[in-house]
Amino acid sequence: MISGNNVLGIIFSNAYEDSVSELTAARAMGSVPFCGRYRLIDFPLSSMVNAGMDHVGVITKSNYQSLMDHLGNGKPWDLSRKRKGLHILPPFNSSHSGVYRDRIQALSGILGFIRQATEEYVLMCDCNVVSNMKLTELFREHEQSGADITIACKHGVPPVLRDHINLALHEDGSVRQVYLSSVGGEECHYSLNVFLLRKSLLERLINNAVSLNQNSFERDIIQKYAGRLNMHGYVVREYACTIDSLRSYYNHSMALLGSGQVDELFARERPIYTKVRDDMPAMYGLGASAANSLIADGCVIEGTVENSILFRGVRVAKGAVVRNSIIMQGSFVGEDARLECVITDKSVVIKPHKALCGADDFPIYVGKRLVV
Amino acid sequence: MARKMECIAMLLAGGQGSRLGVLTEKIAKPAVPYGGKYRIIDFPLSNCVNSGIYTVGVLTQYQPLELNDYIGNGQPWDLDRNDGGVHVLSPYQQIEGSQWYKGTANAIYQNINFIDRYDPEYVLILSGDHIYKMDYSQMLAYHKEKGADCTIAALEVPWEEASRFGLMITDEDDAILKFEEKPKNPSSNKASMGIYIFTWSKLRRYLIEDEAKEGSSNDFGKDLIPAMFDNGEKLYAYPFKGYWKDVGTINSLWEANLDLLNPNVDLNLSDPDWKIYSRNPVSPPHYIAADARVQNSLIAEGSRVEGDVDFSVLFPGVTVKKGAVIRDSIIMPGTVIGENAVVQYAIVAEDAVIGDGAQVGGRPESMKNLDDWGVCVIGARVTIEPGGKVEPKRMVSSSTVKEVR
Repeated sequence: MISGNNVLGIIFSNAYEDSVSELTAARAMGSVPFCGRYRLIDFPLSSMVNAGMDHVGVITKSNYQSLMDHLGNGKPWDLSRKRKGLHILPPFNSSHSGVYRDRIQALSGILGFIRQATEEYVLMCDCNVVSNMKLTELFREHEQSGADITIACKHGVPPVLRDHINLALHEDGSVRQVYLSSVGGEECHYSLNVFLLRKSLLERLINNAVSLNQNSFERDIIQKYAGRLNMHGYVVREYACTIDSLRSYYNHSMALLGSGQVDELFARERPIYTKVRDDMPAMYGLGASAANSLIADGCVIEGTVENSILFRGVRVAKGAVVRNSIIMQGSFVGEDARLECVITDKSVVIKPHKALCGADDFPIYVGKRLVV
Repeated sequence: MARKMECIAMLLAGGQGSRLGVLTEKIAKPAVPYGGKYRIIDFPLSNCVNSGIYTVGVLTQYQPLELNDYIGNGQPWDLDRNDGGVHVLSPYQQIEGSQWYKGTANAIYQNINFIDRYDPEYVLILSGDHIYKMDYSQMLAYHKEKGADCTIAALEVPWEEASRFGLMITDEDDAILKFEEKPKNPSSNKASMGIYIFTWSKLRRYLIEDEAKEGSSNDFGKDLIPAMFDNGEKLYAYPFKGYWKDVGTINSLWEANLDLLNPNVDLNLSDPDWKIYSRNPVSPPHYIAADARVQNSLIAEGSRVEGDVDFSVLFPGVTVKKGAVIRDSIIMPGTVIGENAVVQYAIVAEDAVIGDGAQVGGRPESMKNLDDWGVCVIGARVTIEPGGKVEPKRMVSSSTVKEVR
């Protein structure tokens, strides 16, 4: 059995961030806030830690200040270690090459880090997939199937992302065919972009691709080698969703309300860790009302909150009504203001008596620190 | 030899807190949960850090397991330091034999070696049973300005309550002229808050003398400070203004929790400049279900509310099922309140289970004899059977749960 401490983790903190350009204007995909108190990177990072992995590199590309602030020294994930632990890997560019453009370049830029690691295996993840994955199950299937590369996938309608990997699987889970799609399409086994393979194999594949000046991990490695290498699709049974647009961010968030998915995502035996903010518990005032909502510490609610997600330190003043909305950290909703189908980024101020109303298939987004 | 520190804090956390009954059956008083996510000890520890005091000795004795575990390496309070930081100090064996801490002064006496390592000018003595926010650096500045040997923090209490406190009579310069311990007819309303700053060289001498004295109870309030006073040392009262509450009894603990819901009470725990730090649970935001009703309450992360909650404090990971009603109550971490259960004027400790339809506590209006009324307490990990009833003022621990059913 592959044990977690024999697997090196690599997280792409910027992958697909142009798909939610509003939320990633000032931050990396990995530090996009999610579900009241988390950042997207908390999910892959906690999944790794809960599977016993203790050596993780986070590949960054741009706008990674807030991500670094969030990760700090890795202490909340118990990854502040003398040996191994958490490593933030800023882009490595020599004077004549620009910042890397794709996965292959990114990986070739950190080959030194990979080579030095003592682990035999490498597990790669993106940050746009929200799941509390049982990676130990994936390790087990990888070993049992004798695969060279195991790809985690989910059955359903694939996300609309550039060159997204969809898989046709044999009954035993081995990959029959790899399709690349940029337009979503019919229900199928779509990749969650979690890849497990031997470190030596990864190094060989990357070096090979670089020497051929190839740059698409999906096309030039996964698709090209599908027939030659033994690839296995690990079908994830637990909750998993892929964020491919602001609308899907909104819909996936809202779907967590009042469903059993929250319990699945925050399974007690596999906690999702995040940076601590030391807020007091949420305070409900006289005449406050809340229904079907997720509310984080530090909120002060004196108005009405329905079907909404409130991040830490949000204040809803008297008479204000917040419905079907996502209100991020430190935002303020003034007296008698009304919000419906709105996503506010951090530290937004909605002045008293203002009303904003989106539709459930078209949420209004209010940018960071804006005053409405 | 450790690096020299100007001032270090010694936190007396060994007390049992017997008046808290079943709440301190298995844990020391400073480890008792408070305010929806904190424990009492978070207040002195956070005050220390916010005041720039980074060396804290915590003296533990009674049921120290949970407290020691909670303090850990001090990281939640930023007290994991290369120099100083938080140290848990338990009684230890010596050549002459081993001794429990006999009194507050004796506890410090037994740790003279610890204090000497930092060669401090001043020592701040704190206790682990008060809820308050205080800048000790201002008190230290006051101590230095007055050239005092001992400074005692003093709070002006309402005159009608003054006879419950140890009082200090001072001159216009706040020098202490006289002490009065719980007098019938108080002549001062300046109550001691149990917070002392000593000039270490002086305190060290008096600790040694006090230890040698026959019949001394080795207590700061009863023995050591009176001795300093009798010898004409300079004792000053430091006037403190703000919220301060001794949470030594069930009623005061209950009140102090509900004080957080009162907008007129001067205790803001969300002040970014004076945060109260604590060991945070790892749990998602709390969920309020579609047909739940929540008002005037504090609710922490990881809880799930499907019933009615009013004037109450819910700690992390509490479950309130459909139709349950919680009023004027404190529900500590991990407790489950069953369907249609009614909990009123109660403190329910950690990981308890209140069965479906059970009734815990009652309103004062519903009592024939008000003397029979009081806050009801359910101990940690106690299960109240479905349909069970616990009268007001009762304390239920695992050993008494049978007779309640």
